[in-house]
Amino acid sequence: MSFVLVQVIVGGLLLGAVYALFSSGLTLVWGMMNIVNFAHGDFVMLGMYVAYVVYILMGGGPLLGAPLATLVLATVGVVVYFALIRDIMKGPMLAQILGTFGLALLLRYSVFWWFGANFLSMPQDIVGGTYAFAGLRIEASRLLAGVVALLVTLGLHLLLTRTSLGSKMLAVAEDQTAAQLMGIRPDTMQAIAWAIAAGATGLAGALIANFFYIVPTVGETLSIVAFVTVSLGGFGSVPGALVAGLLIGVIESLSGYLIGAVYKDIVVYVLFLFFLWFRPQGLMGKT
Amino acid sequence: MRRLIWLSVVAAVAIAYPLLLSSPFQQRLGALVLLYAIAASAWNIVGGYAGQVSVGHVVFFGCGAYAAMGSYAKFGLSPLFGIPGGIVVAVGLAAIIGVPTLRLSGHYFSMATIAVAETMRLIVTNTDWLGAAVGLSGPTVPRNIFDLSFLSSLPYYYLFLVVLTITLLITWWMTNSRMGFYLRAIKDSERAARSLGAPASRTKLYAYMLSAALTSVAGALYAMMFGFVDPESGFGTLISVKILIMAALGGAGLLFGPLVGAAILVPLEEISNSWLGGRGAGLTFVLYGAIIVLIARFQPSGLLSLFMRQSKRTSDTGASHAP
Repeated sequence: MSFVLVQVIVGGLLLGAVYALFSSGLTLVWGMMNIVNFAHGDFVMLGMYVAYVVYILMGGGPLLGAPLATLVLATVGVVVYFALIRDIMKGPMLAQILGTFGLALLLRYSVFWWFGANFLSMPQDIVGGTYAFAGLRIEASRLLAGVVALLVTLGLHLLLTRTSLGSKMLAVAEDQTAAQLMGIRPDTMQAIAWAIAAGATGLAGALIANFFYIVPTVGETLSIVAFVTVSLGGFGSVPGALVAGLLIGVIESLSGYLIGAVYKDIVVYVLFLFFLWFRPQGLMGKT
Repeated sequence: MRRLIWLSVVAAVAIAYPLLLSSPFQQRLGALVLLYAIAASAWNIVGGYAGQVSVGHVVFFGCGAYAAMGSYAKFGLSPLFGIPGGIVVAVGLAAIIGVPTLRLSGHYFSMATIAVAETMRLIVTNTDWLGAAVGLSGPTVPRNIFDLSFLSSLPYYYLFLVVLTITLLITWWMTNSRMGFYLRAIKDSERAARSLGAPASRTKLYAYMLSAALTSVAGALYAMMFGFVDPESGFGTLISVKILIMAALGGAGLLFGPLVGAAILVPLEEISNSWLGGRGAGLTFVLYGAIIVLIARFQPSGLLSLFMRQSKRTSDTGASHAP
């Protein structure tokens, strides 16, 4: 295998880890409450803008921007849950789709109105240059994003499977009434799930802001990436999202390199339709 | 009887509107309301009556728009020839897309339609034959009546009024036919409808194809009125969103719901655009987003249903008093 191809695959894996991070938030909410957040990619976009604003106002790098973006988005998640999701969850399907879709427009065009449609970007050297490993050249910002995203996604998985908070959340996902009888408050657990899901998007946004283009409409594409990841990995499965995220990162990078940059999105969308068609429950999901 | 009076009032207002409010801006506004009402009514067949929330209806809109402009730009034919061509392509595409995606329910169907629409937009943007990112243009000056390119909005207004009337008649006819009953049964519970012997898949597919055909006509008329089409105006997500919101705001699954929604949202957008200029485009969609969120949260069955419910309640109590 040529060096370039290895380089492309490594790049894909690093970006894929970030996909896995924000998709695990979507899969958590989806598995627990059976609601699809059409604004999920726009949450990532907000995280990018928070990191950008932090840099502009305080000159802070990702060390300051990433925790702040996580906090801000976690708050957004809780507010959205109590103001909107709790009620539309009980409503008809049309209301569920409209609700989060309207939220997506509201966020996307508020940012558009405020910042304009221009592409913004962070300075190249904010995370210190490029590393070279055995002939591979990897930007530090991508390496940082990939490694942090991988660790946090694994941490999320441990949180859900190894802690009492995680068991309580899974209990609510399994059977709300039974959980309530055991003294668990579904409302609180679902709000925490929204905080975690949105917080993860904030972190992911801040991490990719260092090398991705920052534009109000970027969330549209990222939403679809999250949908593909979740449907490939199985609804509600964080390990599934991790495997699927990495896979999609690699597929996207390879098709961008082999076929052409404009077609990499088409490849991902077609893959998505293919998976929905043949295996709507995902690779690791239950029927 | 009351229904008939209401219908005549609506018809009289619709016919008299451009003659009473005759400034170019007002006539253009009226024509746009009718145009979006056509598209939203077409969406209503599959989104409202069948309960399959398509977020990618722009695919069919784009087929119509590109067929109309393509027949002129590529073959020098009147855009009128493009309309049947657009319908054929849209219905064929609906069959291809519909067979796999209509098996999906709820969110999955909606997500699949978004992915299809985005794929189409990317393909068209990268197809040189379809003008790539620049798009296609129609006749720059009106040549003859068959081009359907007029300087004033008035002829468009009445043309759209006729098409809207036909669309609503088809919808009304469909809701009272066997197909309409099947669709409502499927919307309530697809499993129950199937177990009672309703051919759910076939009915949904027919509704989807009918809806696609009418949406492509709306797209063709849109392209003719504006004289051009590009990937954003033909296949952009925002068109899908507008169509969807207008139907939902007025009342999805109600015959006049989409018209009511269009009559509220189109003036809102046009006026805010003319007041706020280019930057206002962002603010308009902020407003759109806020309206949808509020509708979803407080009145998911649409504004028109507020009145419908009232009249239904009075007739219900009347029935309960009868022996």
